[in-house]
Formats: sequence, structure tokens, C-alpha cells
Amino acid sequence: MPPLVEVRHLVKHFPRGGGLFRPKSVVRAVDDVSFDIEEGETFALVGESGSGKSTTGRCMLRLVEPTSGQVRFRGEDVLSFPGARLRAARREMQMVFQDPYSSLNPRMRAGAIVEEPLVIHRIGATRERRERVAELFRLVGLDPAHLDRYPHEFSGGQRQRIGLARALALSPSFIIADEPVSALDVSIQAQVINLLMDLQQQLRLTYLFVAHDLRLVRHISSRVAVMYLGRIVEMGATAQIFEDAHHPYTQALLSAVPVTDPDAPRARIELEPSSVDREAPLREIAAGHWVAT
Amino acid sequence: MSDVLLAVDGLTTAFDTRAGRLTAVQGVSFEIRRGETLGLVGESGSGKSVTAFSLIRLVQPPGRVTAGRVLFQGRDLASLSEDEMREVRGAGIGFVFQEPMAALNPVMRVGDHIAEALRVHGLGTRAEARARAIDLLRAVRIADAERRVDDYPHQLSGGMRQRVMIAIALACRPPLVIADEPTTALDVTVQAQILELLREMKREFGISLLLITHDLGVVAETADRVAIMYAGRIVEQGPVRDIFRRPAHPYTRGLLASIPGGVAGSRLHAIEGAVPNLASLPPGCSFAPRCLERMPVCAAAFPEVTLLGPERSVRCHLHAGPGSRFPDPDEVPA
Ligand SMILES: Nc1ncnc2c1ncn2[C@@H]1O[C@H](COP(=O)(O)OP(=O)(O)OP(=O)(O)O)[C@@H](O)[C@H]1O
Ligand SMILES: Nc1ncnc2c1ncn2[C@@H]1O[C@H](COP(=O)(O)OP(=O)(O)O)[C@@H](O)[C@H]1O
Ligand code: SF4
Ligand SMILES: [Mg+2]
Ligand SMILES: [Mg+2]
Repeated sequence: MPPLVEVRHLVKHFPRGGGLFRPKSVVRAVDDVSFDIEEGETFALVGESGSGKSTTGRCMLRLVEPTSGQVRFRGEDVLSFPGARLRAARREMQMVFQDPYSSLNPRMRAGAIVEEPLVIHRIGATRERRERVAELFRLVGLDPAHLDRYPHEFSGGQRQRIGLARALALSPSFIIADEPVSALDVSIQAQVINLLMDLQQQLRLTYLFVAHDLRLVRHISSRVAVMYLGRIVEMGATAQIFEDAHHPYTQALLSAVPVTDPDAPRARIELEPSSVDREAPLREIAAGHWVAT
Repeated sequence: MSDVLLAVDGLTTAFDTRAGRLTAVQGVSFEIRRGETLGLVGESGSGKSVTAFSLIRLVQPPGRVTAGRVLFQGRDLASLSEDEMREVRGAGIGFVFQEPMAALNPVMRVGDHIAEALRVHGLGTRAEARARAIDLLRAVRIADAERRVDDYPHQLSGGMRQRVMIAIALACRPPLVIADEPTTALDVTVQAQILELLREMKREFGISLLLITHDLGVVAETADRVAIMYAGRIVEQGPVRDIFRRPAHPYTRGLLASIPGGVAGSRLHAIEGAVPNLASLPPGCSFAPRCLERMPVCAAAFPEVTLLGPERSVRCHLHAGPGSRFPDPDEVPA
């Protein structure tokens, strides 16, 4: 069986506005990125701010149009889909955003927010949609009695649940979760992560998980890709990345994670940017473990 | 002079809003000794920043300190005139904010920010101030300090801006620096560098540090003692090692247990429920609605402070009175 998602040579350049005396240039936000995601797995993208993680995810759903490359979903090229086919494909691929405060329309009631994708895709009669929304509320641990409340009447964790219910409305098989818990309180993060893991089991979901918190990534992902300046510099099974990191950037990133054991020795590895060869291709150094060298 | 640099006793700060009185900080007490780092930990809205602003008398109306005492170097800060207080801010207590961009003036060069901090306290001429600014930028490990001193804030990366904030806070060599979530807006790699810098500054300048954060990992790496805040109150405090090994308060135990790290793919330990709204706090213990060890007494009265040792205290009915149920190390996390 082919992988659920195949990304090949994905490139996204943003124009950088040239000034009077400055020539126009481009930001190479995503610069030749390739990876596969198998059905049912959690594939994580990690890397420093601005390394191109979110842009990669947005290109995959065509929320921004990639400059070049391919994204295949169940073997079909998403980037060549015409409008109608793309809308159909979007039912299968959904996104959950980082900020539960700004990603929900403040003037819509929670029930309407969750129902909206069903309305857009003309699914079900009014009564059926109502039932589906109540079911989705229960699925993500919200009380259907609160359907008529506005987003500001919910806590951050509850708002993230609303965003999740909305993403699940069309029964997708693939979800891109872009930092889904980093805006939440520490004591609430674990609730939402547990929910994501339960839903994955229950609904056989496949996740692309974008995250800063490497402790969390280690806990929930099956495979990890490390991005640096728009490129994947290392990719492999979670244990390969965390226990046998080869790329100097991966090593620096892992060494920066604060450890919660006051007695643990601290051994920071600093990255010498000049030591990274930006053009180095990925090579497979062990089964499934790729490093740019 | 005593070993205690800052002593806070019963600090209470309230906001009179249309919805009624919100007590953001309630009966907060702690001490910071010379050369020591105290980590103040809590979730967003728990009152960490209001505590920090209350200490240096910068709470904005409708906020008001309604009770408590702050002794800095033995002086009661409430008794100082506004001029004397300005002197304390900067020369006595330096401040590093979470969002450096908001704290820096976009049309002032980096060097001028530092020079101004120096001149406010009458330290040196313009030329001297510039030389000192370059020294400070070097001290906070900014490469190419001679050139960077003439940069504007927007020309710096987030990590560099935070270094500049630290340089400004250190300009007058204050004995105490308050850092309010200094790394929350930064990447994990840059965060590690800034924490390392704070540790170095502590060693080099012998400063004491009040480090405010919501990340227990940051506390484990940087602080000597820790105070855990929940809904405006300090619910537990003590030496970092001891608290991480033997947390006494159910909230502290829950926080430590929810850090990912156990068996990969297993469910995380979650604290159910939500952080309470200050406007509608439950009667009794604020943590009671989420507490698995809640007892009938918990809803009746807020627990008083119980001393668990010379350095440790907790506010929880489990530990009140004789027969305190102090957990064994093996029993933790709950
Ligand atoms: N709409 C846009 N126009 C111009 N540049 C953009 C745009 N969106 C992203 N970029 C640039 O592309 C690069 C990658 O951004 P992206 O948002 O993918 O980073 P990220 O890895 O998700 O970072 P973070 O961890 O901060 O979310 C950055 O240099 C960013 O400034
Ligand atoms: N200007 C204000 N008016 C009303 N309430 C405020 C104001 N500033 C802070 N608060 C309230 O005080 C509480 C503590 O806030 P703060 O100290 O900023 O929390 P944090 O621990 O995240 O730093 C919050 O509930 C907040 O809503
Ligand atoms: S006082 Fe009661 S409710 Fe509060 S933390 Fe202790 S046991 Fe739990
Ligand atoms: Mg992003
Ligand atoms: Mg704050």
C-alpha cells in the first residue's frame, strides 16, 4: 500500500519586497522538502521558529500555493486538483491551529462554528447536522448544552476542543495539527494531547504534528523530521532521532530542551551555523534514518 | 546586613473592575537571599506578573496593593517617595520583560537605551555611557558590540533583544533582577542561551534573581528555590530539588506528573478541569474542584500555611495539623 501522504520536492518561496535600493529577493521558506506519512501514524515536524514547518503544512492543504513540488494523498496529486476536486479532498485533510483564541470566529456560536464545514459541503439536513454537532461535542469532551455559547465563554482548552470538533466534522482521515497545545496552560496541555491520542485510536486518524516541545514530540510521534532553514536536515523513527541524532542542528536542538530533573547534568551543544552545508542531500544512514550530510 | 535581600509578607493586590473586586494576588509571602534564584511558577493568570509589578510599585490602576509589606535591603518600599522609588528601580531592582519589543523604544538605538538607564541614576557622561553600553553588550555576549550599539531594536533578533533587555537591567548593577517569563517568546535553542546567560550573570555579578516562568524545566535548570502559584496564592514553596522529589501539594504533583516523558504513546497524566476564573473562585481551597484528594473540609476554608520543614511550606488541608500526609519519594508522581 502506498503511504497515505507523499510530499516530493516541495518548494515555497515568498517574495521579499525590494526597497528603493534593494533588489527584490525571495524567502526560501520551504526549500525542496520530501517525506512520506503512513496511514495511522503521527509524523512530527520540529525545528526553530521560521524554519518552514507551518508553511509546509499549509502548502499540503493548499492554504498557500506551493511554488513547485508534489503532494500526493492516497496516490493522487493534490496540487493538480481543480477546484471541485480540491474541495472534496479537503474533506479528508483538515488543520487544527495553534491559537485557539484567534482561530475561532468570535461572533459565531460554538455550535455554528462546528457545523459550518457541514453547511459549506452541503452535508445532511438541518436536523441531521444538529445531531452530528452534538455528537462531535461529546466526542471532544464538550457539553452539548453549551452549543449556543460564544468562543469567549470557553476556556483556552475548551476552545481548542471546539477547533478540533470543527476539524473532525467532515470525518477526515488526515489532520495537520500546528502547535495545537503551545498556547494552552501547562495543566491543560495534557488533556488535549490525551484527547488527540484517543481520537487517533477511535477514528483511525493520521497526524502531521508541528511542535516546539520536543518532550511532547518524543511522547506521541512515531517518526520525526527536523527542519532547519527550509530544509529537512534529519528524519527517522522517534528513537533514532532522540537517541542517535547525527546532524549538528538536531544535536543542538535536543541539548537545548530543559530537563525537569534538577540533578541531571546539562550539556549544551551550540550550533556553529557555518558547519551546516545547506546543499547537502539527505542520505539514509540506517534503515529509515536520513541525515543531510 | 542580613542575608535576606527581599522579604515579601502578605502581599495582596486587587483590581476594582465593573464585575467587582478581583484579588489577583492574595497574601503572598516569600524571601530572596543574596545570590539566590527564586523561581515563581504558575499558569497564565495565576498572578505572577501582578506580583512582580506590585513589588516595584508599578501596578496600573484600577489595580492597587491593598495589603502586605515589601522590604528591600531592609527598607519598606511602601514608605518611599516616588523619587526614591525610581532610584530603586534600576539601581536596586532591574527588570526583564516577557516581550522585549514592547519594552524597547523603536526609535531609540540600543546604546541610548542603556545610556539612559545609566544617566537616570547619574552614572557618567555621554561618552562614558557609550563605552559602558558596549561593555554591557559584550557582557551579555552580543557579538560585534561596537556596531550593535548603534542598531535599532527592530534590527535585532528576538534572542538579541532579550540580551539587550538583560544588559539594560544590569546597567546599574542592581543586586536584584526580576525576569518575567524572559524566554517564553523564544525558541528552545535561544531560550537555552538566555538561561545560560542569566546563570553566568548571577555568577559574575552576584545578583539575586526572581525568575517568573510557567515552565518547570526552566525552574529545574535555573532556580535554587521555587514558589508555586495558583489563583493568586502561593500554594507551595521550598528548595527546587526537594520539591521536585517530594511535591506536597496535589497541584504541584499534578504539574510534575503531566510532563511528557513516561512510556512513549501512553496517556499523559492530566489535571482535569480548568484554571478557575478569579471572579468566581470556589469557596475554600481554589484547587478543590480539580483535586483528586479533596476532603469535605477543603470546600469550607482556604488552608493556612503549614511548615513542612525549615525551608518548606504548603497550603493544603492534607498537611494541616498533626498527622501530615507527606508523601514518600517512591509514591511520587501521584
Ligand atoms: N505569507 C508570508 N509572506 C512572506 N513570508 C512568509 C509568509 N509566511 C511565512 N513566511 C516566511 O517563511 C519562513 C517560514 O515560516 P513558517 O511560518 O513556515 O515557520 P515555522 O517553522 O512554522 O515557524 P514557527 O515555529 O515560528 O511557527 C519564515 O521566514 C517566514 O517569515
Ligand atoms: N488591568 C487589569 N485589570 C483587571 N484585571 C487584571 C489586570 N491586570 C491583571 N489582571 C488580572 O490579574 C490576574 C493575574 O494576572 P497576571 O499577574 O498578569 O498573571 P500571570 O501569572 O499570567 O502573569 C489575572 O486574572 C488578570 O486577569
Ligand atoms: S486543600 Fe484539599 S482540595 Fe485543596 S489541594 Fe489540598 S486536598 Fe486538594
Ligand atoms: Mg509555525
Ligand atoms: Mg505574566
